[in-house]
Amino acid sequence: MSRDIYVVAEQRDGEIAKVAFELIGEATKLAADLEQKVVGILIGDHIKDKAQSLIDAGADSVVVIEDKMLAEYVTEPYTKAVTAVIKECDPEIILFGATSIGRDLAPRVASRVHTGLTADCTKLDIDVWKAKPEDEGQKLLFMTRPAFGGNIMATILCKHYRPQMATVRPGVMKKLIVDHTRTGEIKELKVNFEPSDMNVVIREVVKEKHKKVDITEAKVLISGGRGIGSPEFYTTLQEVADILGGEISSSRANVDAGWIARERQVGQTGKTVRPELYMACGISGAIQHVAGMEGSDCVIAINKNDTAAIFDVSDLGVVGDVKVIIPKLIDALKKYKTSQL
Amino acid sequence: MDFKLNKTHLLQQEMFRRFAENEVKPLAEEMDETEIYNMELLAKMHKVGLMGIPYSKEYGGVGGDYLGYSLAMEEISKHDGSSGITISVHTSLACSCVDGFGTEEQKQMWLRPMVDGSKTGCYGLTEPNAGSDAAGQQTKAVLDGDHYIINGTKIFTTNSGFADTFVMFAMTDKSAGTKGISCFVMDKSTPGLTVGPNIKRMGIRAAQNCEVSYENVRVPVSQRIGKEGAGFKIAMKALDGGRIGIAAQSVGIAQGALNEAIKYVKERKQFGKRISSFQNTQFKIAELQTQIDAARLLTWRAAVSKDDHENFAQNAAMAKLFASEMVNDVCRAAVQLMGGYGYCREYPVERALRDAKITEIYEGTSEVMKMVIAGSMKIF
Amino acid sequence: MKIVVCIKQVPDTNEVKLDPITNTLIRDGVPSIINHDDKSGIEAALILKERFGGTVSVVCMGPPQADVALREALAMGCDEAYLVSAREFGGSDTWATASIISAALTNIGYDLVITGRQAIDGDTAQVGPQIAETLGIPQVSYAEEIYDIEDGNKVIVKRQFEDRYHIIEVKMPCLLTALAELATPRYMHAGGIIDAYKKDVKLLGYDDLKDQLVPEYIGLKGSPTNVFKSFTKQAKGTGTILKDLSPDEAVEAIIAKLDERHII
Repeated sequence: MSRDIYVVAEQRDGEIAKVAFELIGEATKLAADLEQKVVGILIGDHIKDKAQSLIDAGADSVVVIEDKMLAEYVTEPYTKAVTAVIKECDPEIILFGATSIGRDLAPRVASRVHTGLTADCTKLDIDVWKAKPEDEGQKLLFMTRPAFGGNIMATILCKHYRPQMATVRPGVMKKLIVDHTRTGEIKELKVNFEPSDMNVVIREVVKEKHKKVDITEAKVLISGGRGIGSPEFYTTLQEVADILGGEISSSRANVDAGWIARERQVGQTGKTVRPELYMACGISGAIQHVAGMEGSDCVIAINKNDTAAIFDVSDLGVVGDVKVIIPKLIDALKKYKTSQL
Repeated sequence: MDFKLNKTHLLQQEMFRRFAENEVKPLAEEMDETEIYNMELLAKMHKVGLMGIPYSKEYGGVGGDYLGYSLAMEEISKHDGSSGITISVHTSLACSCVDGFGTEEQKQMWLRPMVDGSKTGCYGLTEPNAGSDAAGQQTKAVLDGDHYIINGTKIFTTNSGFADTFVMFAMTDKSAGTKGISCFVMDKSTPGLTVGPNIKRMGIRAAQNCEVSYENVRVPVSQRIGKEGAGFKIAMKALDGGRIGIAAQSVGIAQGALNEAIKYVKERKQFGKRISSFQNTQFKIAELQTQIDAARLLTWRAAVSKDDHENFAQNAAMAKLFASEMVNDVCRAAVQLMGGYGYCREYPVERALRDAKITEIYEGTSEVMKMVIAGSMKIF
Repeated sequence: MKIVVCIKQVPDTNEVKLDPITNTLIRDGVPSIINHDDKSGIEAALILKERFGGTVSVVCMGPPQADVALREALAMGCDEAYLVSAREFGGSDTWATASIISAALTNIGYDLVITGRQAIDGDTAQVGPQIAETLGIPQVSYAEEIYDIEDGNKVIVKRQFEDRYHIIEVKMPCLLTALAELATPRYMHAGGIIDAYKKDVKLLGYDDLKDQLVPEYIGLKGSPTNVFKSFTKQAKGTGTILKDLSPDEAVEAIIAKLDERHII
């Protein structure tokens, strides 16, 4: 019986999603604890030539399922494909990206094979669980995830059903450094698809650039206060936001001055936000502002004044001029991005 | 004796609260600054039934009661006194005259559109020279065949800036004193009816409170509500009910201001501590909340006595007298608790303090309330 | 067309606060609301009913206090309401919950089932797809817009992804999971609230559903997953403050922090 760890590698138009490489990176750590292998699952049409990239990223082998029906994501054919892998290979653990595909596919699969599924995990560990202290115990996947809007964390176990399944939030796990010298088996699994498996009709596929989101939904907020000096500087902050996949926001003063739209105001008379990163640029940190952002996961503040109250709620405070630091930060981020490719 | 709201009232209160927070609160500051009431907001209030609460479903109303109406007035007024008075004048003044004294035909014609969400009403009683002494009406209605010809000027007619339906009072027989006043209803398009600009005021600035002039306005006899000479009684009866609304508005403005102050003192630090940790702050807030609750209970008692068809005039006057004075005290204290910020227009307590003052004046001043209460107590 | 909307009553997590001293969740006094995505599902159903006719039923699994969520749905304009509630159902995870709700749906009957995409307390987004699988009907999750119903049985729906959308045609019976963007929920009508309390909320208890359920597969015992522990995040104190850095050093420190937090 296999006890390997499988990763469903999400792809769109033949391009593998970043989260797949992150999951493989995480799976290698879990596999080491279990003394098992990491297997990638690649589903699509004419996708086999991408399988090596999963091995380069740390997978020991890859199962590929190809069919015309799998060109665009549709719930039923993909469910059938993953279910076939489970029946064929009997994995111990399957990981999916917690994306709009992973969170559609994983529950359907879990329900079909009758096993447990934990959504949107931010931490995975292998540990020993014992029903009674004197038991020898078994090694299980400890799946930790936020609940209550991030107010509490819960660790979930799936003791009696296999595979143990989890969707994992993108951007949380670390991918490994790509190693083109790695080798591994790339195995095709033949699945018979019937026309009836295509139980919906895709009339149109429309690709679009990422839409603007509400600042309360943004994962990253680059926020400007009085210290940015001019409304034009928001364009510079927007560049940082674009690189980090976030939005720009503001303190009240700049909104009142007409520098930026009111919908972007953070604070007691604006919106309450709790992004993963809140970068406060030239914001002094009046209590009315802090009330709206103190729930953020990570706060980085840049301010000229070393006694600014914003530093009291910051994970990292940098005393300096935003107008000098931000342009340099943009250059550094661009360099960093290129080095990661 | 039951001091608890039932499930229906609780859910209504929840709905009013959400509507007020999501629809009224975001517009209140701007409406006050511009002194213009937002017509989309008015349409939304109609749509969810806020303008027809105590009226029968038979006429397209909500089928609720004055207690539910009081809850609505409180929740809306927590964020905007102007919206409160807009609802109140329409509901407990304009609609109630037609509902209480109109014929079946008049109710179908005039009440139905006001309570089913299509039209907004106003109520014209006060004149430049007839305020508390409402009997001193100078506007005249002279019978001419099957029509009346109305001439005169009304002032402080709330809602008149956008109202569709005008309920108003005029002298049909000057020699009969209060028994010579009659009540009329008409459409805003009636020739000779003109509405002046919004009067510049201290508070409730978004409400549309204008001078309305009637110049040779011809209305058919079928648009007279009640008997000729019954107008004063109709007007007073409407005001009795209206006072419950004003009391609830006062409770709302006060609670809204206190809530803001509480939020503020929990965050504001001075002398190294949150100012909510000072006993002076705690005691002040305890006193204010007690005052508000006392006013709310008086208001609910008045509403329930009206719903139970008891003689409620004294209860309504007592609720309004107490609540309107209370809200002025509470708003002044809320501004004080917030210090300099409380005085700034960035925070809504400044507006609440300005809005509060009128509650001691309109729909009967505090002095008139005392006359009503003493009169009901038969102290002559 | 019989539309059934599945809703969940959830604590308003925006109102959930942490006790600053014990760092535990203060749940007292936190209001219960209809989950946002589910409410958008109710609105979408009511719009479909207004456009194409039919009825809208609403189903909520939860404790007896969830009655108020169903009254709210009735006050928005739904035709009938079912409370799925029994001691045996307590402690169910998403798999078991989906089994129970599926049993209720089989009992009630349906052409179109709408659930919210995910609930703000659990944030799993699993129950909708798992109901569809249990019932053996197609699902379209992340529904952002319903364009039309063609030939009386085909729903044309916009399915949102991160970088694209699909316009999908799906035959009823089927299940949609609603994004909040699907429709902006109307307010309850003040008069609708009065009517809502004159109607019956039908109770579906264990005995009503037992023919459609496997007793071993419901409740805490029938759930494949269990909560091992729950805890609050560590309260954060003041972090590092760096003074007298050159701009380049400052940028380096920021990049290091972004890297440490996996933001880049």
